[in-house]
Amino acid sequence: MKIAAKTANEAMAEAMRQINPDVVAAYPITPSTEIVQIFSQFVADGEVDTEFVPVESEHSAASACTGAAAAGARVMTATASQGLALMNEVLFVTPALRLPLVICAINRTLSAPINIHCDHSDTMDQRDTGWMQFYAEDSQEAYDMVIQAMKIAEEAFLPAIVSADAFILSHSLQRIDMLEDEDVQDFIGEHKTPYSLLDTKNPITVGPLDLQDYFFEHKRSEAQAMKDAPPIVKKVFDEFGERFGREYSLVEEYRLDDAEKAIVLMGSTAGTAKELVDDLRDEGEKVGLLKVRVFRPWPLEDVKNALKDIKYVGVMDRAEGMSGFGSPLFTEIRSTLYEEGKKPDIYGYVYGLGGRDVKPEDINEVFEDLKKAESGKKTERVKYIGVRE
Amino acid sequence: MAEEKKEGWKELPIGAIIDEPGSSKKFKTGDWREGKKPEVDEEKCIDCLFCWIFCPDSSVIVEDGKMKGFKLEYCKGCGICAKQCPVDAIVMVSEEEE
Repeated sequence: MKIAAKTANEAMAEAMRQINPDVVAAYPITPSTEIVQIFSQFVADGEVDTEFVPVESEHSAASACTGAAAAGARVMTATASQGLALMNEVLFVTPALRLPLVICAINRTLSAPINIHCDHSDTMDQRDTGWMQFYAEDSQEAYDMVIQAMKIAEEAFLPAIVSADAFILSHSLQRIDMLEDEDVQDFIGEHKTPYSLLDTKNPITVGPLDLQDYFFEHKRSEAQAMKDAPPIVKKVFDEFGERFGREYSLVEEYRLDDAEKAIVLMGSTAGTAKELVDDLRDEGEKVGLLKVRVFRPWPLEDVKNALKDIKYVGVMDRAEGMSGFGSPLFTEIRSTLYEEGKKPDIYGYVYGLGGRDVKPEDINEVFEDLKKAESGKKTERVKYIGVRE
Repeated sequence: MAEEKKEGWKELPIGAIIDEPGSSKKFKTGDWREGKKPEVDEEKCIDCLFCWIFCPDSSVIVEDGKMKGFKLEYCKGCGICAKQCPVDAIVMVSEEEE
């Protein structure tokens, strides 16, 4: 274990180096470029055995990566925002082919207007693709989860996106504990793949046409893989914790035990929110935080157990969702708790779009609203935090 | 045509791969044929084999250089054989039962 000062970009690049994938096909985009830029230096210096393929777009990157994975390679890449969006049509293919690919993503908002700063619209946009999604709170989580995701992906045979907030995490230096190279290799083990195009003893066709009579069955099979994923994620998290001493779970419960009011969120804002929760607790308020670390597969049981006894819940989404009523995380939380006997009173908040700064007092607005709800004063079901009216 | 029992989702190979080489032989594209099938009048046929050359699939049976009929498992009823026959020996007839 060695202590290092790393931005999330640097930390993810280091994790990639230690994983030493067979192939990386990548295209640059702010603010994730550094990940593959640093990684390409490792390639040039002979520190990895990776075949590095600089492609002409993210669509090509995703295609080349999926093809390499189908040929039995261990494959990774990195992107953000518009780049992830450009990959979109290929992203549906990878999990349907059950290929274990890992993308290091930096959460940058989607245009328009063009903005290079943080929100979750880019990964939220990919939530129906069938990829697993992991959201990091800090550089340490970004580093750890890239390594964990490689192992999880190869056990579930589903690809994974590990994401960290743009600039807030990607470009700010933090203290992390790095594992030894041999420990990472030993933890992830030999590369596992469900099949390989290069296995000439077992010739196969990958990605054939499917008509009305079989498509549904194939999709049902893919859906089962996602349903079967939570225990696999948990098992790998537990193994990591036992070996390296850092505990991970699908959701993180922060001071929720006797909480009456709680907020739910993902990503770097959790750090700020935890500080606020501590301050409010010092004032005697029974508040807590639920941080969702794994958004796909949706941690149904973990969320239910964490929130079912909470009275008032404010779900904070760093993405709009543009449905006209409620953003993605809010909608999933409500749906999860719908059948619970005494379900919490749940409110939705959109915050931090396009890198809009989120301070403790902004998050406190949510707790103030929940207090209003508690005293019977009506408050809007869905609201915006920090936008000028 | 007999209805084969198709597999449930649990019986299918992972990732929708096809793990049996050459399996396209089993796929009878003839079941896409709608309405009309070719029939040859052997009296008129001159064994020029234009029908065999022009068939986009492999639905024309040829033995010892002579046109012997049609393999309907792969015939999609496109009618190119009838159109190309220089002596109009092939006609497209309706497949509907009277």
